[in-house]
Amino acid sequence: MTEGLTIKKANEGLKSKNFSAVELAQSFLDKIGEKDKKIFAFLNLNKGVISKAKEVDKLIAKGKEIPLLSGIPFAVKDNILVKGLKCTAGSKILKDYVAPYTATTVERLEKEGSLILGKTNLDEFAMGSSNEYSAFGATHNPLDLERVPGGSSGGSAAAVSASMSLFALGSDTGGSIRQPAGFCGVVGLKPTYGSVSRYGLIAMASSLDQIGPITKTVEDAEIVFRAMSGKDEMDSTSVDLPKVRDKKSSFKIGIPKEFFVKGMDKEVEEGIKDAILRLEKQGVKFEEVSLPHCTDYALAAYYIIMPSEASSNLARYDGIKYGFSDKGAKSLKEVYFNSREKGFGKEVIRRIMLGTFALSSGYYEAYYLRAQKVRTLIRKDFESAFSKVDAILTPTFPNLPFRIGEKTKDPLSMYLSDIFLVAVNLAGLCAIALPLGNKKLLTPSMQIIGKPFAEDTIFKIGKLFEKTCQKE
Amino acid sequence: MISKEEVQHIAKLARINIKKEDDFSGELSKILDYIKKLKEVNIEGIEPTSHPFGIENVQREDIPKKKDSDLKKLAPDRERDYIKVKKILDQ
Repeated sequence: MTEGLTIKKANEGLKSKNFSAVELAQSFLDKIGEKDKKIFAFLNLNKGVISKAKEVDKLIAKGKEIPLLSGIPFAVKDNILVKGLKCTAGSKILKDYVAPYTATTVERLEKEGSLILGKTNLDEFAMGSSNEYSAFGATHNPLDLERVPGGSSGGSAAAVSASMSLFALGSDTGGSIRQPAGFCGVVGLKPTYGSVSRYGLIAMASSLDQIGPITKTVEDAEIVFRAMSGKDEMDSTSVDLPKVRDKKSSFKIGIPKEFFVKGMDKEVEEGIKDAILRLEKQGVKFEEVSLPHCTDYALAAYYIIMPSEASSNLARYDGIKYGFSDKGAKSLKEVYFNSREKGFGKEVIRRIMLGTFALSSGYYEAYYLRAQKVRTLIRKDFESAFSKVDAILTPTFPNLPFRIGEKTKDPLSMYLSDIFLVAVNLAGLCAIALPLGNKKLLTPSMQIIGKPFAEDTIFKIGKLFEKTCQKE
Repeated sequence: MISKEEVQHIAKLARINIKKEDDFSGELSKILDYIKKLKEVNIEGIEPTSHPFGIENVQREDIPKKKDSDLKKLAPDRERDYIKVKKILDQ
């Protein structure tokens, strides 16, 4: 029963007593039992989920009106804290770490009555584009088990794609929600920087990180986003969303010419062309725009800014306050050096090294400061495009999902799979990834980028597109 | 190009042991080569961006609250109510 469900359908099923919250949660647990041995989307399951479901059933039995998200089972990426549950960040250094508090996003969803099924696999500290950098083993793409699910929120995307969860939370620093959502044929939203609280998210690059939903439909993404967004006093960068919503119903979309690069898969190019035609039939107008700094230069700037911030954020893993500590160390210095050597995986060490290098004496201006200036140019590219169009449409990735093991030997080729995604984080914009083809097979995906805090606009365009797919 | 000696120096700054045979210099050099592209961009007169919307100095009331003291229990080495570290004076 888990396959065809959306949040609204599940809510109706609960209200009309077609099934109970316990039955709903159990059906997802059964699905996990049946499928996850081969997929490995979940690192840990939440033992308390059935007793929470019983509470929802009690409310329904009493005839109480329940919120839309009540009794809806969801999965949480394992770099988002849930009090009392392990939170490993996919790393050996946090293998046994039990979260002492709950992230604001999860708290808001739990307040609505949503039920946590478990914690999902990820690239270590969300650093990766394939889930192969998890210290606990790779997640497999449910659409083709030989291929990667994307990353770093690969476990969350795989869980939704395989109907092992109704929705999931991911985090996106440079594409980590959109790319795996695209690889797994589901929807992924990267919200505007600041619209969702980061409190309780294990920090990678604080000026880029955002938590967002991975779902089956645009409507579901919107429901989850609305429930968890808004100012949180525990995250000083969070803000309330503007009250006036976009009332527009006709849109003009920009197509950035720089995003149609050589070496792009034919399926991707054809998928995007077909999507444009479909949207045109819905009355959407298209116009070519130019974002000259937003592909290669954005990726280069990203690979300075992200590791710089990450190297500073990950300094807290010192073997003293929490997490793994090397018992054989003889001095304080050895505690630091040994715990970090043994606790971190290779990709994490690589990025810490890159960041430490970029911030080190003599290199700061040539690398970090220059990258931050290029970041300004990226913002300006978008500002000038958005003076002409309501949204921007690009492919989510140039090439269809790669095979497990194909790119781990060459870090740079892995980085290039996020070439269309990182500029959005650098400019702080919102963007949604939508599957373009048959959701049962590997399929291309498109990204719709919106102005800051214009999630409404990209939801509306996304729904217009979905409508054209339902008619078939 | 980054040399093996530089790799060891950066590792020291980052407080991580890196074994001689774990050669990061090749990989890091390749990535830095890609990053070099940024030199092509004219950045004259451009201000740096550290926050996408330039939000500054967000403040709130400083109200003391009692939170669970579970945090200390997470420390790998403890004695009574203290977090224990190796001695630092003889180093």
